[in-house]
Amino acid sequence: MCTLEKRGNLFILTLTGEDQHRFNPDLISSLLDLLSQVKAQATSGSVLITLAQGKFFSYGFDLDWAQAAGSERGAAKRLQDMADLFKPVIATLLSLPMPSIAAITGHAVAAGFTLALSHDYLIMRKDRGILWMPEVDIAVTLPDYINALFKEKIGDASVRRDLFLRGLKMKGDEAEKRGVVKAAYDGEAEVREASWHGEVYAEIRKGLYPQLSAILGLSHKVYAIARL
Amino acid sequence: MCSLEKRGNLFILTLTGKNVEHRLNPEVLSSIISALSRAKAKSTRGSALVTVSHGKFFCNGFDLDWVNATGSKQEAQQRFDYSLDCLTQLVQAFISLPMPTVAAVNGHAAAAGVVIPLCHDYVVMRRDRGVLYVNDLEMGLKIPELYMAFFRAKTSGWALRDLVLRGLKIKGEELLKMGIVDAVYDGEEGVTNAGMKMADDLARRKWDGEVYAEIRKGLYSEFCGMLGIASKAIGTPKL
Repeated sequence: MCTLEKRGNLFILTLTGEDQHRFNPDLISSLLDLLSQVKAQATSGSVLITLAQGKFFSYGFDLDWAQAAGSERGAAKRLQDMADLFKPVIATLLSLPMPSIAAITGHAVAAGFTLALSHDYLIMRKDRGILWMPEVDIAVTLPDYINALFKEKIGDASVRRDLFLRGLKMKGDEAEKRGVVKAAYDGEAEVREASWHGEVYAEIRKGLYPQLSAILGLSHKVYAIARL
Repeated sequence: MCSLEKRGNLFILTLTGKNVEHRLNPEVLSSIISALSRAKAKSTRGSALVTVSHGKFFCNGFDLDWVNATGSKQEAQQRFDYSLDCLTQLVQAFISLPMPTVAAVNGHAAAAGVVIPLCHDYVVMRRDRGVLYVNDLEMGLKIPELYMAFFRAKTSGWALRDLVLRGLKIKGEELLKMGIVDAVYDGEEGVTNAGMKMADDLARRKWDGEVYAEIRKGLYSEFCGMLGIASKAIGTPKL
């Protein structure tokens, strides 16, 4: 479901398996548990990177599990329960005492997009994977904290409108152009490939001190994740 | 004042307002609100609304002749405040409309008139004629905090500053660069047809109107919060 690995200063949170990494109550609990561990073990110089295996970053809440309730009302309640359980995950990320990077290795949809957006830096693939908020298409409204997250993280009102009211499926290069992600890379190899030594460490360290880096005139580029 | 026509899935709202400048007074605003109520009553999945206008002006603001046609400064202020309240009700009606909305701006929109196109989900405008002009600063009028929240829902950063703090008459091309309009077209027929086509394309997505309106209100959360408009959660996914 999800794993946490520590490599030097780096906390690597991985959504494991080739499935859609749907957030059901179990996975949400695990995520919260692992993020709490990250928070507890944080030292100065720590950085979190979140990524996923397979074609999907995450496709959002587990709608199958919701519908397995057997009734419309039951499904709505299960969906509400997942939204309520997920809120502390977002809260923990927002208050994480270290920079965080979401390496969007595949489709990030609904709560999956929300998880990515709760990180400080988003990087994604140019050639594969979309960012998508399908709520308007499946006729559900957005929880208030998700609405507020998008409002504060995405400054461009027309981007928010396109994501929420048009159900736009945004690919990497559009996401980079319109300021939703920091950078988009070609191919999984580029996103996944990184040296843990030297350059990546230095770039990540620069990422720890963005203001200082700016004053020193250091350009800052976020690379991708190490080969697993 | 205004007229509402239904053509297939499309509701076409034509603004005529008072006189050639399509000015707004409580009577005009009330008739537009009525038209929106009628559209809402007849709406289904796959409805959309496009607002159009004809001539040199889209809407040049409040009917100041009516506002000032009173005995005292105090009464004039009351009439102005009343006009503003009616405008606020119209904005609420637009943002709770259970269908996508497009404004096709054929000509000038100034002061309160700028609010009308901006309460739509999408704005298309003429490239060759027409400006948006938020002239409150020039007139020595403070923009009410509620409307600052409204503008903040539509734009931000330097574009917001240029819209409200510079007394600029901004043309379509510039508004496109600012991200305030979505596309520009040549000629009144050009922009009107483009507006209708855009509304048609949106209608074809057959969104649930009630949910669409609630999600839209979320995009105006600050504005709605100030008015105490609660948002409804709708949680049964239609897959």
